[in-house]
Amino acid sequence: MSAVATSPTHSQPDSDNFLIYSKGFLSWALTLDHKRIGLMYLVAVMASFFVAGILALVLRTELLTPTEWFLTPQQYNQVFTLHGAIMVFLFVIPSVPAALGNFLVPVMLGAKDVAFPRLNLSSFYLWVGGAIFFLTALLYTGLDTGWTFYTPYSTTTRGPVVAATMGVFILGFSSIFTGLNFIVTINTMRPPGMTWFKMPLFLWATYATSIIQVLATPVLGITMLLLAAENILHIGIFDPKYNGDPVTYQHFFWFYSHPAVYIMILPGMGVISELMSVHSHKSIFGYRFIAYSSIAIALFSFLVWGHHMFTSGMANVASLIFSALTFCVSIPSAIKVFNWLATMYKGTVQLNTPMCYALTFIFLFTIGGLTGLWLGALSTDRPLHDTYFVVSHFHYVMVGGSLVGFLGGIFHWWPKMTGRMFNDLWGRVSCLFVLIGFNLTFLPQFVLGSRGMPRRYAHYVPEFQELHQLSTFGSYVLGAGLFIALGVLIHSLMRGKQAPPNPWGGATLEWQCSSPPPFYNFSHPPTVNEPYNYLPLQYHGEELGWEYVHPSHTAAPSIHPAPTKS
Amino acid sequence: MANDTATLDPAHAHGEHADGHGAHAHMPFQAHHFDDPEQQFDAGKLGMWIFLVTEVLFFSGMFCAYALYRSLHPEVWTFASQFLNEMLGAFNTGVLLFSSLTMAWGVRCAQLRQRTGLVICLAITLGCAAMFLGIKAVEYTHKWDMGLLPAGFYESQYLPGAHHTGLSSWLVRLCIIPGVLTVGFALWYLVTLIKGQKRHSEIAGPMLVTGLCFFLGAYLGIVIQSFEESSHGTISHDSHVAAGVDAGGHSDEPASRSPGDPLPEEIDQAGGAGLFFSIYYCMTGVHAIHILGGMVVLTWLLVRATKDQFNEQYFGPVDYVGLYWHLVDLIWIYLFPLLYLIK
Amino acid sequence: MSDHAAHGEHSHGFAHPAPVWQLIAVFLALVGLTILTCFQASLGLGELELILSLFIATIKATLVVLFFMHMIHDKPLNAIIFVSSFVFVALFIGFTLMDAHAYRDTVELKDVPSPRAIVAPAE
Repeated sequence: MSAVATSPTHSQPDSDNFLIYSKGFLSWALTLDHKRIGLMYLVAVMASFFVAGILALVLRTELLTPTEWFLTPQQYNQVFTLHGAIMVFLFVIPSVPAALGNFLVPVMLGAKDVAFPRLNLSSFYLWVGGAIFFLTALLYTGLDTGWTFYTPYSTTTRGPVVAATMGVFILGFSSIFTGLNFIVTINTMRPPGMTWFKMPLFLWATYATSIIQVLATPVLGITMLLLAAENILHIGIFDPKYNGDPVTYQHFFWFYSHPAVYIMILPGMGVISELMSVHSHKSIFGYRFIAYSSIAIALFSFLVWGHHMFTSGMANVASLIFSALTFCVSIPSAIKVFNWLATMYKGTVQLNTPMCYALTFIFLFTIGGLTGLWLGALSTDRPLHDTYFVVSHFHYVMVGGSLVGFLGGIFHWWPKMTGRMFNDLWGRVSCLFVLIGFNLTFLPQFVLGSRGMPRRYAHYVPEFQELHQLSTFGSYVLGAGLFIALGVLIHSLMRGKQAPPNPWGGATLEWQCSSPPPFYNFSHPPTVNEPYNYLPLQYHGEELGWEYVHPSHTAAPSIHPAPTKS
Repeated sequence: MANDTATLDPAHAHGEHADGHGAHAHMPFQAHHFDDPEQQFDAGKLGMWIFLVTEVLFFSGMFCAYALYRSLHPEVWTFASQFLNEMLGAFNTGVLLFSSLTMAWGVRCAQLRQRTGLVICLAITLGCAAMFLGIKAVEYTHKWDMGLLPAGFYESQYLPGAHHTGLSSWLVRLCIIPGVLTVGFALWYLVTLIKGQKRHSEIAGPMLVTGLCFFLGAYLGIVIQSFEESSHGTISHDSHVAAGVDAGGHSDEPASRSPGDPLPEEIDQAGGAGLFFSIYYCMTGVHAIHILGGMVVLTWLLVRATKDQFNEQYFGPVDYVGLYWHLVDLIWIYLFPLLYLIK
Repeated sequence: MSDHAAHGEHSHGFAHPAPVWQLIAVFLALVGLTILTCFQASLGLGELELILSLFIATIKATLVVLFFMHMIHDKPLNAIIFVSSFVFVALFIGFTLMDAHAYRDTVELKDVPSPRAIVAPAE
């Protein structure tokens, strides 16, 4: 082999890879290594997703019949609260930033670790503590307020509102610390040569997400604290009984929770930016536009929270302003979609599992985003508010966007994280099931919503039964797809082939270290390249993957997968 | 390559892994993943500023509630603010400002590696914090006795009721924990003196002073409070006069009141003044919790300062805690005029 | 990043110890402003009072930030970050207030009897 490879050769046994360099339970439980913390988050987050997903299937099964089947309306309320709250606070918010982000941010940046490793670990344990607090509260007597804790119901219901709000408060701390850590890491830990505009777009997206986490989450903290004080001390700020104002609660809540929607989707967008470029083997189209649009989304996200409150008694003038601003936030999102599509144009698109998920993301996110405009327009939101149309819209964004992006990212970086290749065929099958199942579940809900089916109802009129049944069967297909995906990942852990350092041909820094990376990420300071320049990469077959070759050593670099056996 | 102890405390153990550290490879408190002490300091400082941003936004929720209800019902604010003791508030402002001065001085001492100076500065800062809380305890308990409570428990000031005089039983109860701590610190200080453990007595001494400062603050609070009351008559009586209403009814209303204004009785109830006190307790209570948190980290700094761990290359922790402490001061700078000085 | 790293042996590296006179001067100014704000509150200026007291508080806050928190020697980024947080606070409070005032014309103060009123009915 004439080329000089800077990446470590995979043939050598990696005794110092981060998975096995030290053993025992404590070496994981007390680890300060960002990669191990990332993996622990991954397991925890997927466990929460599993629980909340099962609850979703329970809800859909109950909705097979228009009348009561096996859940009382009260139980139905508790199950959807549990489903929503776990999905939002325990899964979607920490999924990509905390799990994938912790693993990837320092490696992609070329740093040894995040800026504050101990804060990172405490952030994980805050998550665990918050989750336990939260779940105990929810299961103890059954919280039935929905995940939004709207007053005055949350101040009058006998459910464990205080305990649940404290759980959210703790989870908020975890989220703030993760965001803070990433901002400081990206600002101060960039190695020489890693300028802002050489950073992979995933880092830009993570940076934007972290800004939101840091700025918005404290407001959720004080909201939850005031809500708890409302329940214990009857401070009356949100309680009409004491001339307080419930609409103010909604302002407080959505000042966090609308930006939180972008905490959920922005990292997914970052993942897709990586996937699109790597699996098309073509430089990302409009790098700066995608980077700036991430920041723009983060800033715009603070201007639009009122569109959740069009029907809750907000003043007309405020509704008008928020509606107009809502349309602005669609611009940076659309910029991203156009750039992803342009990236694929004339690229060498390989339809492997991560790319299939990335394409699914674009399809579903576009539907989710466009239906969002209907809800942002005042006149159409009035009839559609609190119907299945809203439910369907945010599932298209949260599941079709965040979850699919998360899955795509998992499959993309799975070889890097575990050192194992997965079965690509079954991965693609899982993606197909997810795509079909998801649309089968939620397309009927658009129809249901526009015909007037309100959300959060256990019973409905018999005319809606067919569409509801279609939706329920779709959810089974979706569930099956997710189980297949889980099976593929578990199978790869046991039977998977050893992964090369760079199986996909990515040019970002994480592909320069071995799979899985060594304890210190880089045995010697990495060479910082253009993150999306694929010219110096050469394919050496399935065993060896792609290798970075200094341009001076190769006369005619090939960008196509042409095996050149040495 | 790396062992478990190494993962537990990278600040101490990872020096040998750090390649490219050059001359700074043996800095005792440099974490393994930073290139040099300055990068570590910058990272910590940026992190602290971002944390302060979250604190600002955290408090903004309560400032928002304040602005909302004050702008909607200014007369309630004017009425309820008379129950707050302006002298105590101003005195507490001074105490906090002085603690900020000593904190900033402490940072200077750490940067110049003046160990004794740092210990003294931290001790004074802790003492001021305790004094602040002592005065706050007097203020709080006095209001609890008068029934000036959050909306749900608010008791109208016009209705006959036994207003408490003399030492508040609430204050006694609030003093139990600081009392026990002070006695404990005193015993510890004696033990260290007898055993001749110099470094331990340098920790126990400031802690004892801190405990005593709480009681000094409480004493000063009571003195100022009684001075105010003797110069204006009792607060409860005063309020009737101020509102122009005697206990029997509302026959002689002040001439300045325009017909559209709500009657004092409409203000003096849970949904009026009660809401003011809700917001008052939320804002000052959360602020007091921040003071308590600050005292915990200041104690941690004190322990580290006695070990002489800070120098011109490594003074980050003192600086970061200082930033936090000044922010707490900053919030009080706004709370004082907004709550106490409404006329 | 390390533009200060090349200092000589006798300087304090990246540390900027604040001179004692400066700290004390700032403290005295803060105390003076506190007295001033108490004084202006006793004048009974009405509407102007809120603005004036907030203005004085902001001067005090600026002094604390600039000198006690060493903002004048700090990196511009930190200053930008801290100041920009107030933009978001303004956004939050501004929109909420605007909305509340726009729809609250009809909402009136409501009587809520206090606990003692129920125990002791008015004579």
